[in-house]
Amino acid sequence: MSAVDIRDLRVTFGGVVRAVDGVTLSIERGEVVALIGESGSGKSVTLRSLMRLHPPRATKMEGTIAVEGRDVLAMTPRALADYRGPIVSMIFQEPLLALDPVYTVGEQIMEIILRHEKVSRKEARARALALFERVRIPSPERRLDAYPHEMSGGMRQRAMIALALACRPKVLLADEPTTALDATVQIQILLLLRELQRDLGLSIIFVTHDLGAAVEVADRIAVMYAGRIVEEGTARELIRNPRHPYTIGLLKSRAHGVMEKGTRLDAIPGAPPDLARLPPGCSFAPRCAAAIESCQIEQPPSFVVEGGHRARCFRWKDAPAQLGAQALGAA
Amino acid sequence: MIIGAPAHDPFERDRGGPATPLLTVKGLLKHFPIRGGALGRVQAHVRAVDGVDFEVMKGETLGVVGESGCGKSTTARLLLSLIDPTAGEVFFDGMKVGSPELSLKEFRRQTQMVFQDSYSSLNPRLTIEASIAFAPQVHGVPKREAVARARDLLARVGLDPVRFAGRYPHELSGGQRQRVNIARALALQPRLVLLDEAVSALDKSVEAQVLNLLMDLKDEFGLTYLFISHDLNVVRFISDRVMVMYLGQVAEIGPSDVVFDRACHPYTTALLSSMPSIDPDHRTMEAPLAGDPPNPINPPSGCRFHTRCSFVEQVCSSVQPRLTEAGPQHEAACLMVVPGSGHSKAPVGTGVAA
Ligand SMILES: Nc1ncnc2c1ncn2[C@@H]1O[C@H](COP(=O)(O)OP(=O)(O)OP(=O)(O)O)[C@@H](O)[C@H]1O
Ligand SMILES: Nc1ncnc2c1ncn2[C@@H]1O[C@H](COP(=O)(O)OP(=O)(O)O)[C@@H](O)[C@H]1O
Ligand code: SF4
Ligand code: SF4
Ligand SMILES: [Mg+2]
Ligand SMILES: [Mg+2]
Repeated sequence: MSAVDIRDLRVTFGGVVRAVDGVTLSIERGEVVALIGESGSGKSVTLRSLMRLHPPRATKMEGTIAVEGRDVLAMTPRALADYRGPIVSMIFQEPLLALDPVYTVGEQIMEIILRHEKVSRKEARARALALFERVRIPSPERRLDAYPHEMSGGMRQRAMIALALACRPKVLLADEPTTALDATVQIQILLLLRELQRDLGLSIIFVTHDLGAAVEVADRIAVMYAGRIVEEGTARELIRNPRHPYTIGLLKSRAHGVMEKGTRLDAIPGAPPDLARLPPGCSFAPRCAAAIESCQIEQPPSFVVEGGHRARCFRWKDAPAQLGAQALGAA
Repeated sequence: MIIGAPAHDPFERDRGGPATPLLTVKGLLKHFPIRGGALGRVQAHVRAVDGVDFEVMKGETLGVVGESGCGKSTTARLLLSLIDPTAGEVFFDGMKVGSPELSLKEFRRQTQMVFQDSYSSLNPRLTIEASIAFAPQVHGVPKREAVARARDLLARVGLDPVRFAGRYPHELSGGQRQRVNIARALALQPRLVLLDEAVSALDKSVEAQVLNLLMDLKDEFGLTYLFISHDLNVVRFISDRVMVMYLGQVAEIGPSDVVFDRACHPYTTALLSSMPSIDPDHRTMEAPLAGDPPNPINPPSGCRFHTRCSFVEQVCSSVQPRLTEAGPQHEAACLMVVPGSGHSKAPVGTGVAA
């Protein structure tokens, strides 16, 4: 059984905006999957669906989501309360929004443990302390009594991770947890996530728009575009053997060290489409240098490249050569 | 061609000649007072910019990197006098800014800024054409000419004026809005453009387009850039020289390739190796630095980096390293490059660290 199994998920807001349009993704136990894509491509909506965080009235969710064998879309409010925390928990880009400013971080962690488990306050405090040590907060005993605003950015992020781990979840959802951090702190948090996955056997879905961060933590990478996963595979497959023209474009447009001064970046033309007015065929077609006539008419299905490597592109076999993707593999 | 008198051509406005830096910054200092207590007395100072000197040569791009809070934006805001410096002087093409030779108003016309947030910098009630034409009109350009110039600039930044001139900011994507901000900055025909995280909020696929555009415009209009960004790959790509800041001071400055390939300040090295590798077979195994940057309210004594530096020696906590030549055009503020500083790795010499 997979830890997470999402099938053909469709999320529509207000009857018009289809933010997620047929996402199928499964995550094995102990696996880290990175979800990358531009802003508005549906990464956060996918994560929030797993937590059932969308406003129920204005949101229509179709498809199925199974987490540790539980049918998430069918859960009652009661079942959801037992699900959020002990099974799945989430960390965000801005820890100040996730942490309550009027309680110390230690109190917040104890609160969550006491809400879900029958343990004494003393035991809860000992667990909170162990979590602070686990996420490597220096002087953990003292820091348990600190308020969120008394911590530096990197430490707050560690505290939020400790909070998310309080009920020993099986699946951790991380929405751009390092985007707001400094470079020297970002790499510390990325390595911490990798370590937690290894030591605790966590399954992690890690959302980022930074390919480099994805490669640092993820076993597999799924690339989203306009509400769909357009390519997925191991980090190595996606970097060395990209098949979808959007993935290829992302790799080619990166500024990187070995570039000659004065060379231009190989930018993808145009901008991501308006989700309320998607083109009838492939949603990348208006920006795609490899597009052919059928791309304008029909949506490409997901083709298997090899094993778990899949691409939603009619031309997955020959487009990479036309777009000069081979040169990427070496770099 | 941009409409306007030839005297506005940046190539012809050069006064001091190519050897005179376009921008010279001397001893720039900004200490923000922190008030507290019942009486709101000043209790401490944030030493946001704490003694910064640098030059930007004509036609070059100087990249500025460093962690958040190291004083990059404050430096840019000080340059434009958006905030008052605690101390320091700024010279533009050899003329002191705010002197009879070069008024602040004239300096501000010749120096424009583009910010990260493309939305809040545009007036939501003005069409983008009107937004771009606004400042030139304030500076006395007749309306018809200002509008014609605005439409011309829209075309230059890749937005067809026929389709876009009449739109409002909310009718544009983030990348399109940032193009409008760039067009607006160019409307006064500046010589220097300060770009503060100007591409940071853009999607990767759009970021590359805007970077290409910035390079084209620089050639076309003879511009000089000060390019602030936390993205080291982008800075390396666009900059001729790079300045690395740490806690309000310059740690290292030099030609882009030298700083990226042969950095000599331990902070620069750590910052560079903190960049995620994009190679799945060589992932980062250990974080180069532990902890967060210290608080600029009470920065560490001596070398500000000594609390996190792996080459730290006793002398580092008492002696503040000055920027010292480390190679052609290359300077670093580390006792290991200061001759005779007392650090065991320092070159022997008679120099005494200031
Ligand atoms: N008006 C102010 N009052 C008090 N402190 C300030 C003020 N403006 C800036 N600072 C402080 O000055 C320091 C430098 O700020 P600045 O915004 O210049 O940094 P930065 O390098 O641009 O960071 P970032 O990348 O986060 O924008 C920070 O510690 C900041 O909190
Ligand atoms: N509550 C909501 N109501 C309407 N539209 C929404 C809502 N939440 C997200 N969206 C839209 O869904 C799309 C995908 O959003 P999101 O998943 O947040 O993007 P990202 O990939 O940047 O995380 C965007 O177009 C966004 O505007
Ligand atoms: S299906 Fe066609 S338009 Fe879409 S990415 Fe492939 S080649 Fe391009
Ligand atoms: S002066 Fe000392 S502490 Fe500072 S960077 Fe050099 S070696 Fe490190
Ligand atoms: Mg998001
Ligand atoms: Mg800033």
